[in-house]
Amino acid sequence: MTSLAANSAMQTSAPRAGLGWRIALVIAGIAAVLTVAVLAGARYGLLLAVGLGFGIVLEGLRFGFAGPWRALILRREPAGLVAQLIAIGVVAIVAIPLIESHSGELIGAHAPVGFAMIGGAFVFGIAMQIVLGCGSGTLVNAGSGNAVGAVALPFFAIGSFAGAWHLDWWTGLGTAPTIALGDVFGANGGLAVTLVLLALVAIIALRGAAPEHRRIPRRLWLAAGFIAVLAIANLVIAGQPWGVVYGLGLWAAKGATALGADLSGSAFWSAPANMERVSQSLLTDVTSLTNIGIIAGAMLVASWRRGFDQPVARLPAVAWIAAIVAGLLLGYSSRLAFGCNVGAFFSGISTGSLHGWVWFAAAFVGSILGVKLRARLGFEGAPNRGGHK
Amino acid sequence: MSRRPVAIAVALLLLGILALDTGISAPLNPFAAPSPIALGSGQAAGGAHCAAPATR
Repeated sequence: MTSLAANSAMQTSAPRAGLGWRIALVIAGIAAVLTVAVLAGARYGLLLAVGLGFGIVLEGLRFGFAGPWRALILRREPAGLVAQLIAIGVVAIVAIPLIESHSGELIGAHAPVGFAMIGGAFVFGIAMQIVLGCGSGTLVNAGSGNAVGAVALPFFAIGSFAGAWHLDWWTGLGTAPTIALGDVFGANGGLAVTLVLLALVAIIALRGAAPEHRRIPRRLWLAAGFIAVLAIANLVIAGQPWGVVYGLGLWAAKGATALGADLSGSAFWSAPANMERVSQSLLTDVTSLTNIGIIAGAMLVASWRRGFDQPVARLPAVAWIAAIVAGLLLGYSSRLAFGCNVGAFFSGISTGSLHGWVWFAAAFVGSILGVKLRARLGFEGAPNRGGHK
Repeated sequence: MSRRPVAIAVALLLLGILALDTGISAPLNPFAAPSPIALGSGQAAGGAHCAAPATR
């Protein structure tokens, strides 16, 4: 049994917290949502609830991105990737027609393909395999007490802030026009192309697997369904798809401002929409609220399962340094790539953006390299339950 | 060391960010909040998303 599998077994067989504590956890979650709704507005309370849902499903049902890609690369196990594709497909069925018919109220995760975008996705793929944590995975890992995720998270935010600062320069290297499949083929045509491509990738992944690995576990079916429902709710409530990276960069921008930094030198941060975000409360920012919810949701599940009793990974110094560097790269590269596994891969593809597909290809190639690098940086063999993220 | 102190540190970091934010951001005003649901509200989305371009 591998260390990752052993940890999964530990997790499922671990005793749960007492009834009183579990009731307190549920009350705390509801109280947080109601508090934000009262202080900031009903939409923001709902978005925190959606974020909590993401965190609970991602941690509770061990649904992730980096881990399943690693499983496919190393062991040709496609179940996790196919579950991701199913969730994306379900969201696309609702999101692409809805965005086309309500273009004044809803926006997709539509971004252009370019040299920096492709390079950013490639680097993100490397970095997410080094720490076994993508955009959502780093939040979940940090919330569940994973020290590698907790170390990477603040540097992810700093990297995202810096990447956004330089985004204008990077996109100037060469960027094609934004292509949304719904605009090119119409809502039905764009949806059909998206679903056919998703099915093709799933078929290729399943046919490349050993017969015993072709079954999708029930927990992944459930997780894919819940994630899809939550992603659709995110779009309908916020008017924009699920994202992670913008919020993290905004947190660092807030910190920089508090330290006296002048953001007017950045084309990105001095844009009116972003200046407004920096000046307004994080409790009114869509991605900040869902990010907070994901961390808190993972905490609730970890506490419910008494997961905090697990030991922290003992890693060599080089691994901790790698976690810091990878955190910075995760943030910086995902800004150049117009999103991470959530904003570009999940939300980009599910809202019909061509850049989501290009992101997928580039990040997967990067992941192949990242899997090899992780082994050389001292992470292997450590009790780091990040394999499902 | 268990995961508990790590999770506590993350929670404190999050609370610290929110506290700092409260000190430097405009006060919350729930009466100026947008409609609870964007779909059907007639209001445009804010656009503060990962896919947003450098300038708008």
